[in-house]
Amino acid sequence: MHHSRLVFIFFSFFAGAVSAEEVQVAVAANFAAPMQAIATAFEKDTGHKARLAFGSSGKFYAQIKNGAPFQVLLSADAETPARLEQEGMTVAGTRFTYAIGALVLWSASEDMVDGRGDVLRKGGYAHLAIANPKLAPYGAAAVEVLKQLGLLDAVRPKLVQGENIAQTWQFAASGNAELGFVARSQVTRGGKLSHGSAWIVPANLHPPIRQDAVVLANGRGNAAAGALMAYLKSEQAKAVIRAYGYGI
Amino acid sequence: MPSDTILSDTALSAVWLTLRLATVTTLLLFLIGTPIAWWLARTRCWLKAPVGAMVALPLVLPPTVIGFYLLVVMGPQGPVGQLTQALGLGVLPFTFWGLVVGSVLYSMPFVVQPLQNAFDAIGERPLEVAATLRAGPWDTFFSVVLPLARPGFITAGILGFAHTVGEFGVVLMIGGNIPDQTRVVSVQIYDHVEAQEYAQAHWLSAGMLAFSFVVLLLLYLFNPNGRRR
Repeated sequence: MHHSRLVFIFFSFFAGAVSAEEVQVAVAANFAAPMQAIATAFEKDTGHKARLAFGSSGKFYAQIKNGAPFQVLLSADAETPARLEQEGMTVAGTRFTYAIGALVLWSASEDMVDGRGDVLRKGGYAHLAIANPKLAPYGAAAVEVLKQLGLLDAVRPKLVQGENIAQTWQFAASGNAELGFVARSQVTRGGKLSHGSAWIVPANLHPPIRQDAVVLANGRGNAAAGALMAYLKSEQAKAVIRAYGYGI
Repeated sequence: MPSDTILSDTALSAVWLTLRLATVTTLLLFLIGTPIAWWLARTRCWLKAPVGAMVALPLVLPPTVIGFYLLVVMGPQGPVGQLTQALGLGVLPFTFWGLVVGSVLYSMPFVVQPLQNAFDAIGERPLEVAATLRAGPWDTFFSVVLPLARPGFITAGILGFAHTVGEFGVVLMIGGNIPDQTRVVSVQIYDHVEAQEYAQAHWLSAGMLAFSFVVLLLLYLFNPNGRRR
């Protein structure tokens, strides 16, 4: 290899990091799949680059408070962005609801869940996976649904908790939990149920899962951050978001 | 921020569960690890290197890898899961005994390696002497090997116990966070931090820190001349 070519490669490593408009995005675990699709389209359409990190809102909150380099937060809830805003950690006036989450009762086996969720009452399962209700809005919503159905005490011994909705899905997808309350987005591909069987929980059984986005203080003046927020509001992005089973 | 009593019932039950898990794991590791270490120390078989490498794997593998494979292998579709179901035991993830299986694998090198080194250090001679005195293999093991390898057993026990107490990733992957079953201290701390309950997180974390220091201090006091292994 030529000497000059090595030098070129060496410098392009650094050039790449500096010259391209780039935004670091903290993304709620439940929104991972749609956001990857949106980020790809965003990069193609605008030339900006979105670097995605997936995790729980609680962890992101702690990291952001302690200087994490995120510029945009796509939270799984409305509280975390609001709280960061109150604490002066965001760019004022940028907070908005990018998606409204839907909860499904899901099983990896085809004939487990009926269209009305009666399986919850009937039994025939050893474990019901939910996200930790203290940490994850989908977990809190699942507990609310069980309360509304008057089943919470009956199923409590069967509950297993994932630390976030991604792990909850993993418990159910591996079959270790026969049933799980997961995000509709996790089991939806191209507007349809990807596999297994599911009951889409009626929205009136739990408070709406409003998922808010906000530009963080770190993202002030970052063109890519502003462009991404605008892109999330575009019809194009909304179509993707809806195709994954969210309301918006 | 909710700030009820410093060590709530849930915290105490997590501590108790963790101690139970570490105790059961350490006892099982003595039972399983001693023959493995003995074989590794004595054999000239070509399998020595592969088996040694297998035992050491948890030292370098991320706990997520171990936890992920355990979840799949012990799950209802996995080979181990099929076996435990056929035996009428159900599946192991989300149970105390599932955590025991995970911990035994995860802490294996911390018990086997000190034992193997202790057995190595004994050498052939005491065994030959015992044989000339017509001691049988079991007799030799209990009256010659065990006393000579005592420091190795102490080190192995302390490290195996402490490492199990400090386990997090594997438990997180296969535990399911069930009170009194799988919610150990490290998971409880993680939950407190995630829920921004830093006061409770601090109490449990400081407890873990103190415990770990005392354990390692004991270890170095028992083996003061640096013969940790």
